[in-house]
Amino acid sequence: MNWGSAQAFFAMGGYALYVWGAYGVAAACILLELWVLRRRRRTLERDLSRKDADDSSGQI
Amino acid sequence: MAINIWKYASPQTFYPLAGRLVPWFFALAAVLGVVGLYIGFFVAPTDFQQGDSYRIIFIHVPAAWMSMFLYIVMAGWCAVGMVFNTRLSFMMALAIAPTGAMFTFVALWTGSLWGKPTWGTWWVWDARLTSELILLFLYIGFMSLHAAIDDVRRADRAAGLLALVGAINVPIIYFSVKWWNTLHQGASVSLSRSPSMASTMLTAMLLMSLAAWMYAIAVSFLRVRAIILDRESGSDWVRELEEAAA
Repeated sequence: MNWGSAQAFFAMGGYALYVWGAYGVAAACILLELWVLRRRRRTLERDLSRKDADDSSGQI
Repeated sequence: MAINIWKYASPQTFYPLAGRLVPWFFALAAVLGVVGLYIGFFVAPTDFQQGDSYRIIFIHVPAAWMSMFLYIVMAGWCAVGMVFNTRLSFMMALAIAPTGAMFTFVALWTGSLWGKPTWGTWWVWDARLTSELILLFLYIGFMSLHAAIDDVRRADRAAGLLALVGAINVPIIYFSVKWWNTLHQGASVSLSRSPSMASTMLTAMLLMSLAAWMYAIAVSFLRVRAIILDRESGSDWVRELEEAAA
């Protein structure tokens, strides 16, 4: 084990800004990508079902 | 028993297959990532020269490897699409591009945060850093060019050509640390000799790289499913899919 305490872990030997800045932004990028993808999927499904509804209402 | 893999070259058959595989790749990515981070932060010792700032390596190197690897895969799909005129190939290339750009940005960002404490500067215009920045512009250019052309098949070909020409940049990035004098260190891991780092550090880095790879597959499959639905929305099979879901 490298760290005596949780405090020491978060301090990262004085490099907290750099280490957590790197991992934090990487995590944010991943979450942003997943969120954008989810939104795209939702919009697409809504548009598709609307299109279906339009199609069937046009058929008589 | 022969499995007909060509069957999955059609969007209609690949769509459900990708959907079934996505959770498995996400699960693999999560497990590998958690184990990799645990070893990286709790098992691997503090570096005697760089202190704990070196721990950025466990995100920086995997992101940089994926940024180059995904570009090669993307350009490869473009080449397949241009030669065989297969629809799914270009959809795969288009699905990979945003994830490749994301990893390129992460590689640049984490590199900058690592450069400051170790080199004393956030950024230098040397060969490795500049060529990696060009890679980011190539990804963005690929996506923008595709989005700018209305006719999808023409967009596929134009963006595909850009991706293929841009592929020359990947070996330039990789060998830049050999060809030019640069602030960036040479490769710590190569096929021709044993790695120049502690084995726990190497293990963590490789696990994180595998995690990044599995994540990239999962996200590209999710995105390609959206692209397939979008492009094939007028076809019968998508309509049947919608009816089954409703």
